[in-house]
Amino acid sequence: MRALDIDYMLGLVPVILGYVPLTIGMALAAMVCALLLACLMAVERVMRVPVLDQFVQLFISFFRGTPLLVQLFLFYYGLPQILPVLSGINGVTAAIIGLTLHFSAYMAESIRAAILGVDRSQWEAAQAVGMTQAQSMRRIILPQAARVAAPTLVNYFIDMIKSTSLAFTLGVTEMMGATQKEAAGSFLYFEAFLVVAVLYWAIVETLSFLQKQLERHLNKAIAR
Amino acid sequence: MISIRGLTKRYGTNTVLDGIDLDIAAGERVAIIGPSGTGKSTLLRCLNYLDRPDSGVIRIGDLTVDATTATSAQILALRRRTAFVFQNYALFANKTARDNITEALITVQRKPRAEAEARADAILGEIGLSDKTASYPAALSGGQQQRIGIGRAMALDAALMLLDEPTSALDPEWVGEVLDLMRRVAERRQTMLIVTHEMQFAREIADRVIFMDGGRIVEQGTPAQIFDAPQDMRTANFLRRVR
Repeated sequence: MRALDIDYMLGLVPVILGYVPLTIGMALAAMVCALLLACLMAVERVMRVPVLDQFVQLFISFFRGTPLLVQLFLFYYGLPQILPVLSGINGVTAAIIGLTLHFSAYMAESIRAAILGVDRSQWEAAQAVGMTQAQSMRRIILPQAARVAAPTLVNYFIDMIKSTSLAFTLGVTEMMGATQKEAAGSFLYFEAFLVVAVLYWAIVETLSFLQKQLERHLNKAIAR
Repeated sequence: MISIRGLTKRYGTNTVLDGIDLDIAAGERVAIIGPSGTGKSTLLRCLNYLDRPDSGVIRIGDLTVDATTATSAQILALRRRTAFVFQNYALFANKTARDNITEALITVQRKPRAEAEARADAILGEIGLSDKTASYPAALSGGQQQRIGIGRAMALDAALMLLDEPTSALDPEWVGEVLDLMRRVAERRQTMLIVTHEMQFAREIADRVIFMDGGRIVEQGTPAQIFDAPQDMRTANFLRRVR
Protein backbone atom coordinates (compact mmCIF):
# COMPACT_ATOMS: atom_id res chain seq x y z
CA MET A 1 0.00 0.00 0.00
CA ARG A 2 1.31 3.41 -0.96
CA ALA A 3 1.05 6.50 1.24
CA LEU A 4 -1.66 9.08 0.59
CA ASP A 5 -0.49 12.18 -1.28
CA ILE A 6 -1.68 14.65 1.36
CA ASP A 7 -0.22 17.69 -0.41
CA TYR A 8 -2.13 16.79 -3.56
CA MET A 9 -5.33 16.42 -1.59
CA LEU A 10 -4.92 19.75 0.20
CA GLY A 11 -4.17 21.43 -3.12
CA LEU A 12 -7.28 19.87 -4.64
CA VAL A 13 -9.66 21.14 -1.94
CA PRO A 14 -9.82 24.77 -3.13
CA VAL A 15 -10.19 23.61 -6.75
CA ILE A 16 -13.21 21.44 -5.96
CA LEU A 17 -14.59 24.06 -3.55
CA GLY A 18 -14.81 26.37 -6.56
CA TYR A 19 -17.52 24.09 -7.95
CA VAL A 20 -19.57 24.01 -4.75
CA PRO A 21 -21.65 27.06 -5.76
CA LEU A 22 -22.73 25.32 -8.98
CA THR A 23 -23.68 22.14 -7.11
CA ILE A 24 -25.59 24.01 -4.40
CA GLY A 25 -27.11 26.31 -7.01
CA MET A 26 -28.48 23.42 -9.07
CA ALA A 27 -29.82 21.73 -5.95
CA LEU A 28 -31.41 24.95 -4.64
CA ALA A 29 -33.04 25.77 -7.97
CA ALA A 30 -34.38 22.22 -8.29
CA MET A 31 -35.53 22.23 -4.64
CA VAL A 32 -37.54 25.45 -5.01
CA CYS A 33 -39.17 24.24 -8.22
CA ALA A 34 -39.78 20.77 -6.81
CA LEU A 35 -41.35 22.16 -3.61
CA LEU A 36 -43.77 24.32 -5.58
CA LEU A 37 -44.69 21.49 -7.92
CA ALA A 38 -44.98 19.03 -5.02
CA CYS A 39 -47.28 21.36 -3.03
CA LEU A 40 -49.57 21.78 -6.04
CA MET A 41 -49.67 18.03 -6.64
CA ALA A 42 -50.19 17.25 -2.94
CA VAL A 43 -53.10 19.70 -2.67
CA GLU A 44 -54.55 18.26 -5.86
CA ARG A 45 -54.23 14.71 -4.50
CA VAL A 46 -56.07 15.74 -1.33
CA MET A 47 -58.81 17.57 -3.27
CA ARG A 48 -58.98 14.85 -5.95
CA VAL A 49 -59.71 17.04 -8.96
CA PRO A 50 -61.24 14.77 -11.63
CA VAL A 51 -58.98 13.97 -14.65
CA LEU A 52 -56.11 16.02 -13.20
CA ASP A 53 -55.93 13.48 -10.36
CA GLN A 54 -55.31 10.59 -12.76
CA PHE A 55 -52.64 12.62 -14.52
CA VAL A 56 -50.87 13.48 -11.24
CA GLN A 57 -51.01 9.86 -10.10
CA LEU A 58 -49.44 8.75 -13.38
CA PHE A 59 -46.75 11.44 -13.07
CA ILE A 60 -45.86 10.40 -9.52
CA SER A 61 -45.88 6.74 -10.44
CA PHE A 62 -43.52 7.28 -13.40
CA PHE A 63 -41.01 9.51 -11.62
CA ARG A 64 -40.86 7.28 -8.56
CA GLY A 65 -40.78 4.16 -10.63
CA THR A 66 -37.79 4.88 -12.86
CA PRO A 67 -34.14 5.65 -11.98
CA LEU A 68 -33.07 9.29 -11.90
CA LEU A 69 -30.18 8.54 -14.24
CA VAL A 70 -32.57 7.09 -16.83
CA GLN A 71 -34.80 10.16 -16.50
CA LEU A 72 -31.85 12.52 -16.98
CA PHE A 73 -30.70 10.67 -20.11
CA LEU A 74 -34.26 10.63 -21.40
CA PHE A 75 -34.53 14.44 -21.10
CA TYR A 76 -31.05 15.40 -22.17
CA TYR A 77 -30.21 12.90 -24.88
CA GLY A 78 -33.63 11.54 -25.82
CA LEU A 79 -36.25 14.26 -25.74
CA PRO A 80 -34.45 16.74 -28.08
CA GLN A 81 -34.59 14.11 -30.84
CA ILE A 82 -38.37 14.21 -30.70
CA LEU A 83 -38.86 17.86 -29.75
CA PRO A 84 -36.29 19.88 -31.72
CA VAL A 85 -37.07 23.01 -29.63
CA LEU A 86 -35.17 21.31 -26.81
CA SER A 87 -32.05 20.64 -28.86
CA GLY A 88 -30.29 23.69 -27.46
CA ILE A 89 -30.87 22.67 -23.84
CA ASN A 90 -27.71 22.75 -21.75
CA GLY A 91 -26.72 20.15 -19.20
CA VAL A 92 -27.32 22.35 -16.16
CA THR A 93 -30.89 23.19 -17.20
CA ALA A 94 -31.61 19.58 -18.07
CA ALA A 95 -30.25 18.42 -14.71
CA ILE A 96 -32.36 20.98 -12.81
CA ILE A 97 -35.50 19.94 -14.69
CA GLY A 98 -34.76 16.25 -14.14
CA LEU A 99 -34.07 16.69 -10.42
CA THR A 100 -37.20 18.83 -10.07
CA LEU A 101 -39.52 16.30 -11.65
CA HIS A 102 -37.95 13.31 -9.92
CA PHE A 103 -37.94 14.73 -6.41
CA SER A 104 -41.28 16.52 -6.73
CA ALA A 105 -42.91 13.10 -7.11
CA TYR A 106 -41.48 11.91 -3.78
CA MET A 107 -42.09 15.20 -2.01
CA ALA A 108 -45.71 15.37 -3.20
CA GLU A 109 -46.43 12.10 -1.41
CA SER A 110 -44.76 13.30 1.81
CA ILE A 111 -46.68 16.58 1.74
CA ARG A 112 -49.94 14.78 0.97
CA ALA A 113 -49.45 12.51 3.96
CA ALA A 114 -48.65 15.52 6.15
CA ILE A 115 -51.80 17.34 4.99
CA LEU A 116 -53.93 14.30 5.75
CA GLY A 117 -52.28 14.12 9.16
CA VAL A 118 -53.56 17.56 10.21
CA ASP A 119 -56.45 17.16 12.63
CA ARG A 120 -59.88 17.33 11.03
CA SER A 121 -60.99 19.92 13.59
CA GLN A 122 -58.52 22.40 12.05
CA TRP A 123 -60.40 22.18 8.75
CA GLU A 124 -63.71 22.58 10.52
CA ALA A 125 -62.55 25.60 12.50
CA ALA A 126 -61.30 27.28 9.32
CA GLN A 127 -64.54 26.53 7.47
CA ALA A 128 -66.62 27.65 10.45
CA VAL A 129 -65.11 31.16 10.49
CA GLY A 130 -65.98 31.46 6.80
CA MET A 131 -62.69 30.75 5.07
CA THR A 132 -62.76 29.34 1.56
CA GLN A 133 -61.14 25.97 0.93
CA ALA A 134 -58.11 27.68 -0.60
CA GLN A 135 -57.75 30.05 2.38
CA SER A 136 -58.10 27.17 4.85
CA MET A 137 -55.47 25.18 3.01
CA ARG A 138 -52.98 28.01 2.64
CA ARG A 139 -53.29 29.67 6.02
CA ILE A 140 -54.18 26.85 8.42
CA ILE A 141 -53.53 23.40 6.98
CA LEU A 142 -50.33 23.79 4.93
CA PRO A 143 -48.36 25.58 7.69
CA GLN A 144 -49.18 22.72 10.07
CA ALA A 145 -48.41 20.12 7.42
CA ALA A 146 -45.07 21.86 6.76
CA ARG A 147 -43.96 21.22 10.32
CA VAL A 148 -44.67 17.52 9.92
CA ALA A 149 -43.14 17.26 6.44
CA ALA A 150 -40.05 19.42 7.10
CA PRO A 151 -37.64 16.70 8.27
CA THR A 152 -38.52 14.49 5.30
CA LEU A 153 -38.25 17.39 2.85
CA VAL A 154 -34.81 18.34 4.15
CA ASN A 155 -33.78 14.72 3.72
CA TYR A 156 -34.88 14.94 0.09
CA PHE A 157 -32.85 18.12 -0.29
CA ILE A 158 -29.78 16.32 1.06
CA ASP A 159 -30.43 13.49 -1.36
CA MET A 160 -30.84 16.06 -4.12
CA ILE A 161 -27.46 17.68 -3.43
CA LYS A 162 -25.79 14.31 -3.73
CA SER A 163 -27.80 13.52 -6.85
CA THR A 164 -26.49 16.64 -8.61
CA SER A 165 -23.33 14.55 -9.10
CA LEU A 166 -25.28 12.73 -11.83
CA ALA A 167 -25.25 15.97 -13.86
CA PHE A 168 -21.66 15.04 -14.63
CA THR A 169 -23.07 12.39 -16.97
CA LEU A 170 -24.75 15.21 -18.92
CA GLY A 171 -21.37 16.88 -19.42
CA VAL A 172 -21.77 19.39 -16.59
CA THR A 173 -18.53 20.20 -14.77
CA GLU A 174 -19.79 20.37 -11.19
CA MET A 175 -18.02 18.95 -8.11
CA MET A 176 -18.00 15.39 -9.42
CA GLY A 177 -17.14 16.37 -13.00
CA ALA A 178 -14.27 18.57 -11.84
CA THR A 179 -12.91 15.80 -9.62
CA GLN A 180 -13.09 13.31 -12.47
CA LYS A 181 -11.06 15.68 -14.67
CA GLU A 182 -8.47 16.30 -11.95
CA ALA A 183 -8.13 12.60 -11.25
CA ALA A 184 -7.73 11.78 -14.92
CA GLY A 185 -4.80 14.22 -15.04
CA SER A 186 -3.02 13.08 -11.90
CA PHE A 187 -4.03 9.40 -11.85
CA LEU A 188 -4.48 9.86 -8.06
CA TYR A 189 -8.06 8.54 -8.15
CA PHE A 190 -8.27 7.55 -4.51
CA GLU A 191 -7.08 10.95 -3.26
CA ALA A 192 -9.31 12.89 -5.64
CA PHE A 193 -12.51 10.98 -4.93
CA LEU A 194 -11.77 10.96 -1.20
CA VAL A 195 -11.55 14.75 -1.30
CA VAL A 196 -14.87 15.11 -3.13
CA ALA A 197 -16.52 12.58 -0.82
CA VAL A 198 -15.43 14.52 2.26
CA LEU A 199 -16.64 17.78 0.71
CA TYR A 200 -20.11 16.33 -0.03
CA TRP A 201 -20.15 15.01 3.51
CA ALA A 202 -19.28 18.43 4.93
CA ILE A 203 -22.07 20.08 2.92
CA VAL A 204 -24.58 17.52 4.16
CA GLU A 205 -23.46 17.90 7.78
CA THR A 206 -23.87 21.66 7.51
CA LEU A 207 -27.39 21.11 6.20
CA SER A 208 -28.22 18.71 9.01
CA PHE A 209 -27.28 21.45 11.44
CA LEU A 210 -29.54 23.95 9.60
CA GLN A 211 -32.28 21.30 9.61
CA LYS A 212 -32.27 21.24 13.40
CA GLN A 213 -32.55 25.04 13.48
CA LEU A 214 -35.47 24.93 11.02
CA GLU A 215 -37.28 22.29 13.03
CA ARG A 216 -36.84 24.26 16.21
CA HIS A 217 -38.35 27.28 14.43
CA LEU A 218 -41.31 25.30 13.04
CA ASN A 219 -41.92 23.63 16.39
CA LYS A 220 -42.29 26.86 18.30
CA ALA A 221 -46.08 26.62 17.96
CA ILE A 222 -46.17 23.35 19.85
CA ALA A 223 -43.45 24.08 22.41
CA ARG A 224 -44.70 24.49 25.94
CA MET B 1 -84.60 36.69 12.69
CA ILE B 2 -83.51 33.13 12.05
CA SER B 3 -85.82 30.45 10.78
CA ILE B 4 -85.22 26.76 10.23
CA ARG B 5 -87.72 24.61 8.37
CA GLY B 6 -87.76 20.85 7.92
CA LEU B 7 -84.06 20.36 8.61
CA THR B 8 -83.28 16.69 8.06
CA LYS B 9 -80.05 14.73 8.23
CA ARG B 10 -79.58 11.00 7.68
CA TYR B 11 -76.54 8.80 8.02
CA GLY B 12 -77.43 5.79 5.89
CA THR B 13 -80.79 4.59 7.21
CA ASN B 14 -80.32 6.37 10.53
CA THR B 15 -82.27 9.63 10.69
CA VAL B 16 -80.32 11.92 13.02
CA LEU B 17 -82.38 15.06 12.43
CA ASP B 18 -86.02 14.48 11.64
CA GLY B 19 -87.50 17.65 10.19
CA ILE B 20 -86.49 20.32 12.69
CA ASP B 21 -88.57 23.54 12.65
CA LEU B 22 -87.23 26.37 14.76
CA ASP B 23 -87.41 30.17 14.86
CA ILE B 24 -84.96 32.26 16.83
CA ALA B 25 -85.52 35.96 17.40
CA ALA B 26 -82.64 38.44 17.26
CA GLY B 27 -81.05 38.61 20.71
CA GLU B 28 -82.69 35.40 21.86
CA ARG B 29 -80.61 32.88 23.83
CA VAL B 30 -81.73 29.33 23.25
CA ALA B 31 -80.38 26.28 25.06
CA ILE B 32 -80.75 22.76 23.71
CA ILE B 33 -80.75 19.87 26.15
CA GLY B 34 -81.37 16.17 25.72
CA PRO B 35 -79.82 12.72 25.90
CA SER B 36 -76.61 11.89 24.02
CA GLY B 37 -76.95 10.90 20.38
CA THR B 38 -80.23 12.69 19.80
CA GLY B 39 -78.97 15.06 17.14
CA LYS B 40 -78.25 18.18 19.22
CA SER B 41 -74.70 18.60 17.92
CA THR B 42 -75.74 17.54 14.43
CA LEU B 43 -78.36 20.30 14.43
CA LEU B 44 -75.69 22.88 15.21
CA ARG B 45 -73.29 21.44 12.63
CA CYS B 46 -76.01 21.44 9.97
CA LEU B 47 -76.80 25.08 10.69
CA ASN B 48 -73.40 26.14 9.30
CA TYR B 49 -73.04 23.19 6.96
CA LEU B 50 -70.08 21.57 8.71
CA ASP B 51 -72.43 18.64 8.13
CA ARG B 52 -74.57 19.09 5.05
CA PRO B 53 -78.26 18.52 5.79
CA ASP B 54 -80.19 16.30 3.38
CA SER B 55 -83.11 18.68 3.21
CA GLY B 56 -84.51 21.75 4.89
CA VAL B 57 -84.29 25.51 4.62
CA ILE B 58 -82.25 27.87 6.79
CA ARG B 59 -82.96 31.61 6.77
CA ILE B 60 -80.76 34.18 8.45
CA GLY B 61 -81.92 37.71 7.69
CA ASP B 62 -82.12 38.02 3.92
CA LEU B 63 -80.09 34.89 3.25
CA THR B 64 -81.97 31.70 2.39
CA VAL B 65 -80.17 28.39 2.01
CA ASP B 66 -82.12 25.36 0.81
CA ALA B 67 -80.23 22.10 1.35
CA THR B 68 -81.41 20.65 -1.95
CA THR B 69 -80.01 23.56 -3.98
CA ALA B 70 -77.32 25.08 -1.73
CA THR B 71 -74.34 26.47 -3.66
CA SER B 72 -70.87 26.80 -2.19
CA ALA B 73 -71.29 30.61 -2.30
CA GLN B 74 -74.46 30.33 -0.19
CA ILE B 75 -72.75 28.00 2.27
CA LEU B 76 -69.87 30.45 2.60
CA ALA B 77 -72.34 33.31 3.17
CA LEU B 78 -74.14 31.23 5.82
CA ARG B 79 -70.87 30.52 7.63
CA ARG B 80 -70.01 34.20 7.55
CA ARG B 81 -73.22 35.01 9.41
CA THR B 82 -72.65 32.40 12.08
CA ALA B 83 -69.91 31.75 14.60
CA PHE B 84 -69.12 28.34 16.03
CA VAL B 85 -67.63 27.35 19.36
CA PHE B 86 -66.34 23.77 19.37
CA GLN B 87 -66.42 21.26 22.18
CA ASN B 88 -62.69 20.56 21.66
CA TYR B 89 -61.90 24.33 21.18
CA ALA B 90 -60.30 23.71 17.72
CA LEU B 91 -58.07 26.75 17.96
CA PHE B 92 -55.75 27.16 14.99
CA ALA B 93 -52.70 25.30 16.27
CA ASN B 94 -50.28 27.33 14.13
CA LYS B 95 -51.57 30.71 15.34
CA THR B 96 -51.04 32.63 18.56
CA ALA B 97 -53.97 33.54 20.79
CA ARG B 98 -54.22 36.94 19.15
CA ASP B 99 -53.86 35.58 15.60
CA ASN B 100 -56.61 33.06 16.28
CA ILE B 101 -58.92 36.03 16.74
CA THR B 102 -57.55 38.27 13.95
CA GLU B 103 -57.33 35.50 11.34
CA ALA B 104 -60.95 35.59 10.13
CA LEU B 105 -61.22 39.36 10.59
CA ILE B 106 -58.35 39.82 8.14
CA THR B 107 -58.81 36.98 5.64
CA VAL B 108 -62.61 36.74 5.67
CA GLN B 109 -63.91 40.14 6.71
CA ARG B 110 -61.04 42.00 5.00
CA LYS B 111 -60.49 44.34 7.94
CA PRO B 112 -57.17 46.24 8.03
CA ARG B 113 -54.61 44.46 10.22
CA ALA B 114 -54.38 47.31 12.74
CA GLU B 115 -58.14 47.34 13.25
CA ALA B 116 -58.27 43.55 13.60
CA GLU B 117 -55.46 43.57 16.14
CA ALA B 118 -57.09 46.32 18.17
CA ARG B 119 -60.29 44.27 18.24
CA ALA B 120 -58.39 41.11 19.22
CA ASP B 121 -56.57 42.93 22.03
CA ALA B 122 -59.86 44.32 23.33
CA ILE B 123 -61.38 40.83 23.32
CA LEU B 124 -58.32 39.28 24.96
CA GLY B 125 -58.79 41.88 27.70
CA GLU B 126 -62.46 40.98 28.10
CA ILE B 127 -61.75 37.28 28.37
CA GLY B 128 -58.92 37.94 30.82
CA LEU B 129 -56.07 36.70 28.65
CA SER B 130 -54.18 39.89 27.81
CA ASP B 131 -51.01 38.25 29.10
CA LYS B 132 -51.40 35.32 26.68
CA THR B 133 -51.54 37.36 23.45
CA ALA B 134 -48.46 35.70 21.96
CA SER B 135 -49.04 32.21 23.36
CA TYR B 136 -49.77 29.27 21.08
CA PRO B 137 -52.73 27.00 21.93
CA ALA B 138 -50.46 24.12 22.99
CA ALA B 139 -49.13 26.28 25.82
CA LEU B 140 -52.59 27.11 27.20
CA SER B 141 -54.91 25.27 29.57
CA GLY B 142 -58.22 23.87 28.31
CA GLY B 143 -60.11 26.69 30.00
CA GLN B 144 -57.88 29.32 28.41
CA GLN B 145 -58.20 27.69 25.00
CA GLN B 146 -61.97 27.59 25.21
CA ARG B 147 -62.11 31.24 26.31
CA ILE B 148 -60.13 32.09 23.18
CA GLY B 149 -62.48 29.85 21.18
CA ILE B 150 -65.36 31.96 22.47
CA GLY B 151 -63.36 35.16 21.90
CA ARG B 152 -62.74 34.13 18.30
CA ALA B 153 -66.49 33.67 17.87
CA MET B 154 -67.28 37.00 19.60
CA ALA B 155 -64.97 38.88 17.24
CA LEU B 156 -66.98 37.81 14.20
CA ASP B 157 -70.08 39.81 15.26
CA ALA B 158 -72.16 36.96 13.89
CA ALA B 159 -75.94 37.05 13.60
CA LEU B 160 -76.00 33.67 15.36
CA MET B 161 -73.46 32.10 17.70
CA LEU B 162 -73.55 28.32 17.83
CA LEU B 163 -71.96 26.70 20.88
CA ASP B 164 -71.52 22.93 20.85
CA GLU B 165 -71.13 21.66 24.42
CA PRO B 166 -68.41 24.22 25.15
CA THR B 167 -67.60 22.88 28.62
CA SER B 168 -67.93 19.13 28.04
CA ALA B 169 -64.26 18.51 27.20
CA LEU B 170 -62.95 20.63 30.06
CA ASP B 171 -61.39 19.47 33.29
CA PRO B 172 -63.83 20.38 36.09
CA GLU B 173 -61.49 23.09 37.40
CA TRP B 174 -61.86 25.11 34.16
CA VAL B 175 -65.64 24.81 33.71
CA GLY B 176 -66.45 27.77 35.95
CA GLU B 177 -64.39 30.35 34.08
CA VAL B 178 -65.85 29.30 30.72
CA LEU B 179 -69.42 29.42 32.04
CA ASP B 180 -68.71 32.90 33.46
CA LEU B 181 -67.53 34.11 30.08
CA MET B 182 -70.56 32.66 28.27
CA ARG B 183 -72.81 34.32 30.84
CA ARG B 184 -71.24 37.67 29.93
CA VAL B 185 -71.69 37.01 26.21
CA ALA B 186 -75.32 36.11 26.85
CA GLU B 187 -75.87 39.30 28.88
CA ARG B 188 -75.08 41.30 25.74
CA ARG B 189 -78.02 39.67 24.02
CA GLN B 190 -75.84 37.94 21.46
CA THR B 191 -78.22 35.62 19.61
CA MET B 192 -77.06 32.19 20.62
CA LEU B 193 -77.95 28.55 20.28
CA ILE B 194 -76.13 26.47 22.82
CA VAL B 195 -76.04 22.73 23.31
CA THR B 196 -75.19 22.08 26.93
CA HIS B 197 -75.34 19.59 29.75
CA GLU B 198 -75.01 22.36 32.35
CA MET B 199 -78.67 22.55 33.42
CA GLN B 200 -78.20 25.27 36.00
CA PHE B 201 -76.39 27.40 33.45
CA ALA B 202 -79.13 26.84 30.85
CA ARG B 203 -81.75 27.87 33.40
CA GLU B 204 -79.84 31.07 34.20
CA ILE B 205 -78.99 32.40 30.76
CA ALA B 206 -81.57 30.97 28.35
CA ASP B 207 -84.71 32.74 27.22
CA ARG B 208 -85.91 29.42 25.91
CA VAL B 209 -84.97 25.80 26.51
CA ILE B 210 -85.47 23.09 23.91
CA PHE B 211 -85.57 19.42 24.77
CA MET B 212 -84.53 17.14 21.89
CA ASP B 213 -84.87 13.39 21.62
CA GLY B 214 -84.64 11.05 18.63
CA GLY B 215 -83.75 13.85 16.20
CA ARG B 216 -86.85 15.89 17.03
CA ILE B 217 -87.80 18.80 19.21
CA VAL B 218 -89.96 17.17 21.87
CA GLU B 219 -90.75 20.17 23.99
CA GLN B 220 -89.73 23.80 24.36
CA GLY B 221 -90.51 26.67 26.67
CA THR B 222 -89.07 29.03 29.23
CA PRO B 223 -86.53 27.53 31.63
CA ALA B 224 -89.18 27.51 34.34
CA GLN B 225 -91.63 25.61 32.14
CA ILE B 226 -89.09 22.98 31.07
CA PHE B 227 -87.22 22.49 34.32
CA ASP B 228 -90.06 22.90 36.81
CA ALA B 229 -93.08 21.66 34.90
CA PRO B 230 -92.09 19.48 31.92
CA GLN B 231 -95.15 18.34 29.95
CA ASP B 232 -93.62 15.39 28.10
CA MET B 233 -92.66 12.19 29.90
CA ARG B 234 -89.34 12.00 28.03
CA THR B 235 -88.37 15.46 29.24
CA ALA B 236 -89.32 14.62 32.80
CA ASN B 237 -87.41 11.33 32.70
CA PHE B 238 -84.31 12.97 31.26
CA LEU B 239 -84.31 15.74 33.86
CA ARG B 240 -84.75 13.23 36.64
CA ARG B 241 -81.70 11.31 35.38
CA VAL B 242 -79.38 14.30 35.08
CA ARG B 243 -80.27 15.84 38.40
